Amino acid sequence: MAIELKDASFTYPNGYTAVEHLNLVIESGEKVGIVGQNGAGKTTAVKMMNGLHKPSGGDVIVDGVNTKEKTTAQISTYVGYVFQNPDDQIFNKSVIAEIEYMPRYLKMEEKEIKRRVERAVELTGIAKYLKKNPFDIPYSTRKFVAIAAILATETPYLILDEPTAGQDAEGIAILSHLIDALQAEGRSVITITHDMEFVADNFDRVVAMAQKHIIADGSARDIFWNEEVVSTSRIRKTAIGELAKELQIGERILYCDEMVEEIVRRLGR
Amino acid sequence: MSFITLQDVSYKYPLAKTFALKHVDLSFEKGKFYGIIGQNGAGKTTLCNLVRGLVPHFYGGSLTGKTIIDGTDVKKWDTDQLATQIGYVFQNPFTQISGVKETVFEEIALGLENLGIPKDEMIERVIRVCKLLKIEDLIKRDPNALSGGQRQRVAFAAIIAMDSDTLVIDEPTSQLDPEGTADVFAIIQLLKEQGKTVLLVEHKIDLLAEYADEIVVLEKAQVAFQGPAQEVLQNPSLLEHGAQIPQVALLGSKLKEKGIGLAHIPITQKDAIAAIEERLGGES
Repeated sequence: MAIELKDASFTYPNGYTAVEHLNLVIESGEKVGIVGQNGAGKTTAVKMMNGLHKPSGGDVIVDGVNTKEKTTAQISTYVGYVFQNPDDQIFNKSVIAEIEYMPRYLKMEEKEIKRRVERAVELTGIAKYLKKNPFDIPYSTRKFVAIAAILATETPYLILDEPTAGQDAEGIAILSHLIDALQAEGRSVITITHDMEFVADNFDRVVAMAQKHIIADGSARDIFWNEEVVSTSRIRKTAIGELAKELQIGERILYCDEMVEEIVRRLGR
Repeated sequence: MSFITLQDVSYKYPLAKTFALKHVDLSFEKGKFYGIIGQNGAGKTTLCNLVRGLVPHFYGGSLTGKTIIDGTDVKKWDTDQLATQIGYVFQNPFTQISGVKETVFEEIALGLENLGIPKDEMIERVIRVCKLLKIEDLIKRDPNALSGGQRQRVAFAAIIAMDSDTLVIDEPTSQLDPEGTADVFAIIQLLKEQGKTVLLVEHKIDLLAEYADEIVVLEKAQVAFQGPAQEVLQNPSLLEHGAQIPQVALLGSKLKEKGIGLAHIPITQKDAIAAIEERLGGES
């Protein structure tokens, strides 16, 4: 089971080509971070994965099915996409109605709806907001409502578009836990982010995009320590990675504990 | 000289059961760059709303204590007048962008039109800020059709164009890539060099460490810490108050635990490089 982009390109109706010739396979249970400059084509690429965009060239295959042969609604039961801006996604009058919306739309039994809502709420930590109007709660919490609404569909693949934007330390910890919990169930989580610390801490695999193309695909260490990839995709290393580079010490260090170890070793302690 | 002073300020939004600000004492001096950090819900945006006069004028609610802005109590300020003194870049660019203008040019010019700036100067200013924020190529685009990061730059440009002496900026970089974020900080630094006062709410602590003069940490509607950036940001107990410290400060603390003290706990990259080089060099 996998999402496959096969030489996929996408041109918007106004003639602007946002991505070209993308080739990528994401298997079940993978945690993939997508990084790159604003305008590199990250959001367009993931919108092709859940059928919001059908490729103008090439194909996108989800669990063996070509997205061109299905409606966006059909694909969205396999691939959940959480919008970058929750206000583009949320439309119900209460948080609970927003989360229940898809399970109800899919005509599930009440007991199943309840189970799904409880799980989505628990994973996103929004229990105390259920009766509120989503637009009366802070932006950062509203982002978790948008995530919970997609989680309730329990798709095998979940795409998060800039989930850390505007989140504090606690919000980022909730996200990390949620991503691990989904992976433990064999689901894939694909995340677009500009937060390099978040990428290094959470994703086994990192895909770097630049100027409409995928330019690299590998471990966080491989990506962040490939100077050409870093400069072309206009990303940066983790803060500790930058420090290691400047000091010219250690073997491709990314994390604080690795740096502590390296310094301890050098001082012969 | 203190330009904005809060004395024992408490505030509740109209329908709220809990305080958004509680017994807050703060003062902001002219020409300094203040970083405001803390957990979401700690009161950061409310503080911005207060300084911009939206609390209490737009939101209502109950405000006690004294908030003096440029010598006058916020309750007595006319908010339109205050808008010319204090530029406010909203947290969510999707909120700020008017939605009624068809081009980025008009969106940025909107505030200037309201100020009654002559047409020639208006055009000159719009073009200047577009260059500064690297959005010249967006000038004819529809603001409603831009990406999150692009809208954030347009929202920022619209406020800079107003050229007010004080800028209150609520998370201007949340939608930006590292390069865009670095650009925004460089512009804020430039504004500071021009003598402007900056209050910036931001989660990107590594960048605040680099640029801010002073840090205010809010926690549960109260001020948990305040002081010079170097002093506040090296304190690992910030982590217990829902705030973060720079990665290099964390490194400094961890090394200290291992008995490897640096000359001081660094808060910036540059600082960390010097301190570690010195430590390693000293024993080799």
